Amino acid sequence: MQTINRKIEPKGQSIENWNLKEPDIYYLSNGIKVVEFDAGTQELVRIELIFRAGSWFQANNFVALATNMMLREGSKHNSSARISDQLDFYGAHLETTAEKDNAYVSLYTLNKHLQNTLPLLMEIVKEAAFPEQEFLTFSGKQRQMLEVNLQKVNYIARTRFNSLLFGKSHPYGNYMITEDIDKIQVSHLRDFHSSHYHASNCIIMVAGKIDPELKNSLERSFGGDSWVKGEYREIVHEVKTAEKRTHFHPKPDAVQSAIRMGLPLFNRSHPDYQGIMVLNTLLGGYFGSRLMNNLREDKGYTYGIGSAAIPLKHGGYFFISCEVGSDVTVDAIAQIRLELLRLAEERAGEKELTLVRNYLLGSFLRGIDGPFAMADVYRDVMEHGLDSSFHYSMLETIQGISSESLRALAEKYLNPDQMFRLVVGNPELEASLSI
Amino acid sequence: MISYERFTLSNGLKLIVHQDSSTPLVAMNILYNVGSRDESPERTGFAHLFEHLMFGGSVNIPKYDEPLQRVGGENNAFTNNDITNYYLTLPLVNLETAFWLESDRMLNLAFSKKSFDVQRNVVVEEFRQNYLNQPYGDAWLLLRPLAYKVHPYQWPTIGKEPAHIEQASMEEVKAFYNKFYNPGNAILVVAGNVDTQQIVELSEKWFGSIHKGEDYVRNLPREPVQTEARSLTVERKVPFDAIYKAWHMCSRNAPEFYATDLISDILSAGQSGRLYQELVKKKRLFSDINAYITGDIDDGLFVVTGKLMKGCSFETAEAAIEEELEKVRTEPASDTELTKVKNRMESLMAFGEMRVLDKAMNLAYYELLGNADLINTLIDQYQKVTAEEIRAQAASILRQENSSTLYYKAES
Repeated sequence: MQTINRKIEPKGQSIENWNLKEPDIYYLSNGIKVVEFDAGTQELVRIELIFRAGSWFQANNFVALATNMMLREGSKHNSSARISDQLDFYGAHLETTAEKDNAYVSLYTLNKHLQNTLPLLMEIVKEAAFPEQEFLTFSGKQRQMLEVNLQKVNYIARTRFNSLLFGKSHPYGNYMITEDIDKIQVSHLRDFHSSHYHASNCIIMVAGKIDPELKNSLERSFGGDSWVKGEYREIVHEVKTAEKRTHFHPKPDAVQSAIRMGLPLFNRSHPDYQGIMVLNTLLGGYFGSRLMNNLREDKGYTYGIGSAAIPLKHGGYFFISCEVGSDVTVDAIAQIRLELLRLAEERAGEKELTLVRNYLLGSFLRGIDGPFAMADVYRDVMEHGLDSSFHYSMLETIQGISSESLRALAEKYLNPDQMFRLVVGNPELEASLSI
Repeated sequence: MISYERFTLSNGLKLIVHQDSSTPLVAMNILYNVGSRDESPERTGFAHLFEHLMFGGSVNIPKYDEPLQRVGGENNAFTNNDITNYYLTLPLVNLETAFWLESDRMLNLAFSKKSFDVQRNVVVEEFRQNYLNQPYGDAWLLLRPLAYKVHPYQWPTIGKEPAHIEQASMEEVKAFYNKFYNPGNAILVVAGNVDTQQIVELSEKWFGSIHKGEDYVRNLPREPVQTEARSLTVERKVPFDAIYKAWHMCSRNAPEFYATDLISDILSAGQSGRLYQELVKKKRLFSDINAYITGDIDDGLFVVTGKLMKGCSFETAEAAIEEELEKVRTEPASDTELTKVKNRMESLMAFGEMRVLDKAMNLAYYELLGNADLINTLIDQYQKVTAEEIRAQAASILRQENSSTLYYKAES
């Protein structure tokens, strides 16, 4: 048996030699851009259609989401039940998501069933019919789900907090109430579908072990001229941040409070974005972060606390969030404030900074593992008009940014006294929160 | 076809190595054969609390997470009724750090008082966040003791109540560790672009000298056959009524497991599942409804849960569920429907095994079940099932006198 000294850790090696896979890019005959990542070991593929059809583009709440989710609920030729039956029969999985800027329709399928599943995707996207009866079922379900969500402190905090940063009439700030659902009819969905789900508003991303026939199949399904519409027109929305910075939302009988603090920030095209990403990691972006160490590992106040800088197409925001016991809510806020002040007052030590750098590099490596991950990482920057050079420059920032630069960024952008704060919790708390 | 090699160290530690050259990452998974079923009824939630303590420093390493993050690694763990599973991924070049960290916490823990006090609080907050401060969050806290009267599956992994966690003592923690955290009670899996011989050597180097410890012999009482229907009605501050129905079913290794799993798929896999199509879409009685199995190693539960649409009564809702159950009990599924659920299973497996970590976790679990080769043969187990076997299982399980029903009423 070898004798080993368990006190000494094995020598770690730095992670270098990044090899970011570049996608193959081609165009269908109607101009749709196709971004392809051919990688992986399993005979399967994800085909994702991206449309500029997020809530940014809706005139009424609920329309972008409902249009996206109702695509599969019946086409000109087939009922909702028949479409679901066919998808399930071939073991395919369809995912539809509408976010703030874009909306997505993704098909996950084994290659051997591609010739049967791709035409279904085409039918769902191009020939959606939005049947009246299906919409009644759908909106009834959505209304009930919303009412259940409104019982969760975390859901209330998440949705109400963004309205403080952007204003309730701004797409990044608005949130749904049940009355919004009642106002919408299928005609809204049909109009939104016709004006936003078309070839001139679409990018296709494919990722997986790419079948040689896929390109031709995509051309057959999506390459025609019949669904080409006019040019894309930019829409502008005005941001209206709340006047008051501290807010409280009572939730009777809550045993925990949801806390959110943060402010509007910027997206990836801002020169300080990459530094903020590193700074955010140190503060609350990973398990070993300062917020986790203080509020969870030292004080046991919470199951988890985190922070994030969210990049959006037309801006961005920074936030910290956690759920804590009602009895420690006041001190939890004080501790978050202390951590923010410390970030701006003291430079991080070299040991902590090395830890953060290496964690981020490892995390990046995990983030590009496998075809879907590669595609997601590329999509994130592509949607903001950037390319892989952003990632190479991000890697340089991770490795090179100084502790003084990070401190200065905290001073400039993350001042707790500038931040908006929302607590959702037991009504008895309100008096102690100095609002 | 996923290839792998199995070894057993002299102290009883099982090792499985899977080679995959398509990734720069390596995954390490350590499964300890201990879950909440191994707890004392007075100290429930202990296995899960213990999982938290495994990150509070080991005998030679004050902090677990920090050195791992410093070499680009990331880790997590989960506890369920049957197992406690620890896993990590890191860049291949730093693989030895994983051996160093995991072997030290198998060797011995630091048992720091500070970490113990803090993690008790953290787990109590987890209890509140996920079970007490959520609408419908306590449903399983109520359903389990209704369905199980004898077997320890009667409490959930989080524990029966926060007090059990608050009252845990350091002596109990040490005894728990000595009883369960031994090489003979663990399965180690390494997956990635690795050299098998080198993994064997590293395993010997870091884990080989850990004392074998006492063998743990599990001797749990079997849940007696249920002979009459049970029910419980509660009122809570939630917006809508919900129903939870559970029937006793077989253990994970029983031959009829696969047919039973397919019953739940016929009822509710994907949006074409019968319950969703009939009760949500056509009849609009539920806003959502699901059928699934718990999949536990000992005799498990077949579960149907749904949230009722406003205005729908429990009687109407239950009669509609019963109508669908009567069909699966009496009529074999058509060939098309059977092919559908099997195709879906095949697809789920392909998408579920894309990453080395998925494969490492599955190999460890299948090895615990006694057959690591399930990673390649699981699909055949499902393919073999006939429509008549599914019907017969449904008839034998989905009976009134075998059922427990929780009526979760919205306070008026």
